[in-house]
Amino acid sequence: MHHDGAPVSILFRIVANPLELRGPSVDIVNSVPILGPCLADLSQCAEAFKIGLFNGLIIALIAIGYTLVYGILQLINFANGDVFMVGTMLTWIGVSFMGLREGSPASLVIVTLVVLLVATMLITAGLNASIERLAYRPLRNAPTLATLISAIGMSFILQNVGQAIIGPSPRSVPQLLSNKPLFEIGGVSFALNELFVAVITIPLLVGLTWFVQKTRQGKAMRATAQDREAAGLMGINTNRTISLTFLLAGALAGGAGLVVALYYGQTWWFYGFPFGLLAFTAAVLGGIGNLTGAALGGIVLGLIRALNERYVDPRWTDVVVFSILIIVLVFRPTGILGEKIGERA
Amino acid sequence: MKVTKLGAIVASAVFVFAACSTSPGTSAGDKGTIDIWSSLPRQGSSKGQTDTIVNAIKLKIDQLGGKVDGWTISYTDQDDSTAAAGKWTPEKETDNATKAVADKNLVAYIGTFNSGAAKLSIPTLCTAGIPMISPANTYPGLTVTLGAEAGEPEKYYPGGCKHNYFRVVPNDNLQGGAGARYAQSLGATKAYLLDDTELYGKGIADVFEKTAKDISLQVLAHDQAPGKSTDFKALAAKIKAAGPDLVYYGGITQNNAGQLWKDLRDALGPDVKLMGPDGIYENAFIEAAGAAAEGTYITFGGPDPDNYTGDAAKFKADYIAKYPGSSLEGYSIYGYEAANVLLSAIEKASKAGAKDVTALRSATIDNLAATKDFKGVIGTFSLDASGDTNSQTFTGFKVVSGKFAFDKDLTPAK
Repeated sequence: MHHDGAPVSILFRIVANPLELRGPSVDIVNSVPILGPCLADLSQCAEAFKIGLFNGLIIALIAIGYTLVYGILQLINFANGDVFMVGTMLTWIGVSFMGLREGSPASLVIVTLVVLLVATMLITAGLNASIERLAYRPLRNAPTLATLISAIGMSFILQNVGQAIIGPSPRSVPQLLSNKPLFEIGGVSFALNELFVAVITIPLLVGLTWFVQKTRQGKAMRATAQDREAAGLMGINTNRTISLTFLLAGALAGGAGLVVALYYGQTWWFYGFPFGLLAFTAAVLGGIGNLTGAALGGIVLGLIRALNERYVDPRWTDVVVFSILIIVLVFRPTGILGEKIGERA
Repeated sequence: MKVTKLGAIVASAVFVFAACSTSPGTSAGDKGTIDIWSSLPRQGSSKGQTDTIVNAIKLKIDQLGGKVDGWTISYTDQDDSTAAAGKWTPEKETDNATKAVADKNLVAYIGTFNSGAAKLSIPTLCTAGIPMISPANTYPGLTVTLGAEAGEPEKYYPGGCKHNYFRVVPNDNLQGGAGARYAQSLGATKAYLLDDTELYGKGIADVFEKTAKDISLQVLAHDQAPGKSTDFKALAAKIKAAGPDLVYYGGITQNNAGQLWKDLRDALGPDVKLMGPDGIYENAFIEAAGAAAEGTYITFGGPDPDNYTGDAAKFKADYIAKYPGSSLEGYSIYGYEAANVLLSAIEKASKAGAKDVTALRSATIDNLAATKDFKGVIGTFSLDASGDTNSQTFTGFKVVSGKFAFDKDLTPAK
């Protein structure tokens, strides 16, 4: 870099005239799109954070499904978002079947939700594992692109099944969990339906991490992810381990589906696409293949979206989300936490 | 395959023979077949509405015995939607318009349902000189400059082609204004406006905003609620902070209005009024919004299907007689009215001596533009050269117990 006069003279002028510096610097803080208005009203800002956090937890659950499968097969399972959609649909069907509505007896609601959570997770787990068995395993030695297209195909099939069952428009799921404020922390109120999001998502996230890190099966998954052939030679049944991975990813997507159906109050055949895109982005942002990264990416994404919608403009949400993704990938190609996979890839 | 082909050749040869043998001057006999198409979203959540529109068109054609002044009417129900999109798509509508131009027997095109779709097909059909009449487009820019973007409506009629587009529904300049006055009459003083960023939704919210200023109804802000958002919770929190007593949404059900309603009700509670235009005047909206739809106010450019009087009541009776067990939606009557005024214009054209499709098309356009005090089923109306109706019938509905209930007649006093 060669020096010419201009930058020095600008620097000199600024230093020479401190008044000139003070004016603009205050403006700069206020003109940062989110920071300024956020500092101006902290409880409003905390409200946006809360919304972002709960949405982020849901995205994180789906993102883990993408990252688990990618870690073990280097496959982007496009159908994962649609398995999540099936989860919202099953919840809607279950709630309608039981005839539950706003104001149904609490005991009945609790029992139904517990049963529904287990049933939904079991069905979506089985669905995801069957997709692997039918659409991916036969193509395991084919070029990656073939599996990828197979995944996109499964996604379309599930979307159309969803449309056939749900119908073309979103369908309402009754408000079973109250949205009335229960308690307040620092000017931000929390309602039962929001606590429900945390009560379901956080244990699932923690439980999954524990499973992968601490159990024998988790160890087998990590070994298969590192080197499938070597793991096979060491006596690990890799096919079974891969099936298990899809079971787990599907169960988490189903859990997220139940949460969305009750918290957002809707099921929609199209849900798989926007949520899948967000979750996949979160997984890449956090470092694909890394569990903690996916969870972190989901929460970060949820916060960015909520703050953008609150303080900037909802029309720019996708632009902001993907700009941040690009910036992160330029400086950290492996994502926020994704070192190990990056080295290997 | 071969047989089919041969059959087609024979059929078309017979047809050509029949068409040629029609001697000019015979008024009553068979003059040949003319095609009339409709292009409407036949899949997705508008299907409920468009089923009734198509039925109403068929009813009108049947009432004429399938003939207009000796021409046999061949009606085709085209679809401008895809199952995957669940609503109209630009590709399908463009395709329909292109195919319509290629159809040498086509005299008129009934459509579209969505204003955005009309933007694509009007220029194509205008260049080919085909009359087009819509039972449902309400975006002002298709016909007039007020409430339109720069360059509208001229750009839809390229190269000085003869203005071919007409509609039997009042445009949004009237509906957005009716909404703002309705809001004020409900006691609202501070309105918060949202739109779904599309042509129809933004247009109607803009007119609401403009009218609100004229009648000194305060507009706190005008924001966007894009249809591809999965939730609007942060937006709803922002609206709550602004403290409106009414939120007006310019948009359609298919742009996730159900979720928007849930999130708004969640954040704002039951006391803030929610209002929308005819884009959410369909059962699909109530299905999607569930309990959150309760109490919603809706404006619609037409009479209330449950309270038809006079010729409209007769239309309803005929419709139910032909399609037992079915019910009418808000736009059904406009489907009938579009076919009604169109077929009357074609009849006039034929009687005035139009002998072929080209002459029929051109004279039909002239006759539509000159429609004066037409006695239709919604009342007596005229069409002007820009394609608009002077009918100003508006109704305010309120969602009560999951149903659209008549609330107020919003028709301005003449």
